[in-house]
Amino acid sequence: MLNIILAIFLGILIIVLAIMAVLNKNIVVAIIAAGAVSLFASVLYLILAAPDVAMTEAAIGSGLSTIIFFYVLNKINRQNG
Amino acid sequence: MVKNAFIFLILIGVAMILVNLFAGFTGNVDLGQIANHYVANGPAEVGSANIVTAVVVTYRGFDTLGEVTILFLSAAIVGFFLKIENTDNTERNLKYTSEILNTASQVLVPIMILFGVYVFINGHLSPGGGFQGGAIIASGLVLMFIAQPKKEIGHKLINIIESISGVGFVLMGLAGVLFAGGFLDNNVIGLGKFGTLFSAGAIPIIYIFVGLKVGSELTGIALSLKENQNEA
Repeated sequence: MLNIILAIFLGILIIVLAIMAVLNKNIVVAIIAAGAVSLFASVLYLILAAPDVAMTEAAIGSGLSTIIFFYVLNKINRQNG
Repeated sequence: MVKNAFIFLILIGVAMILVNLFAGFTGNVDLGQIANHYVANGPAEVGSANIVTAVVVTYRGFDTLGEVTILFLSAAIVGFFLKIENTDNTERNLKYTSEILNTASQVLVPIMILFGVYVFINGHLSPGGGFQGGAIIASGLVLMFIAQPKKEIGHKLINIIESISGVGFVLMGLAGVLFAGGFLDNNVIGLGKFGTLFSAGAIPIIYIFVGLKVGSELTGIALSLKENQNEA
């Protein structure tokens, strides 16, 4: 029962963060929100008994892709002067 | 206005489709036929304590090869488009990395790499596997790139590790054709004692190759992006 409540809470949090990532005008905030979506999604996968997927999501979704987005953002900012 | 109405109509259409799916959802009480076969016969046929690994590496090993190929292709394309063109060795004026990040990275990076290796070597016993382990190793190295931007890692070394592990993965698959039942069959060197580190036949060897390949590819992508930060 506690797991279900936690899963629903995480789901709502993920939806809110995803909307924030789409609508926020500040790109840095949007990237961090997208990374947080992955982070909470990995916790959700763990609750739903899929530790293999959770590990991939935590390492790639919230770790590597956030960093890659920041590298690309920095490059775009440089190009636009 | 017309555009908004159009979007609204499309959203209603999508909602109708999803409502049907949602109403018809009952949830599976027991496993399907194929899943049942995997759970019942997996430990005896493959010798892997982690059924997910048995499915990913042996029963559906060809799909894993496809995934690794796709990852290789995307890493190669990133490397191609981010080819360094002007090599006039202009020094990047780097921002000061904080003391906390620097010190923490020196402690964390070796531990993260060690944990990644643990995850892919124990892929047949505990959750995780080659892909996850490789991603953890790459995360550790990317942390090092952020904390110590001056530190150099050669592209050549990464490429050599990647090539060797890719060829090794395919050769282990071909060894399955020669000595066992088919491509990527893991019963090449005997299954060993169930539940120990040296068990499940070729799975640990295949996972070492997959882990090194995934780790080097993801590190390579981040490294090419890092080296291109200076260019306009």
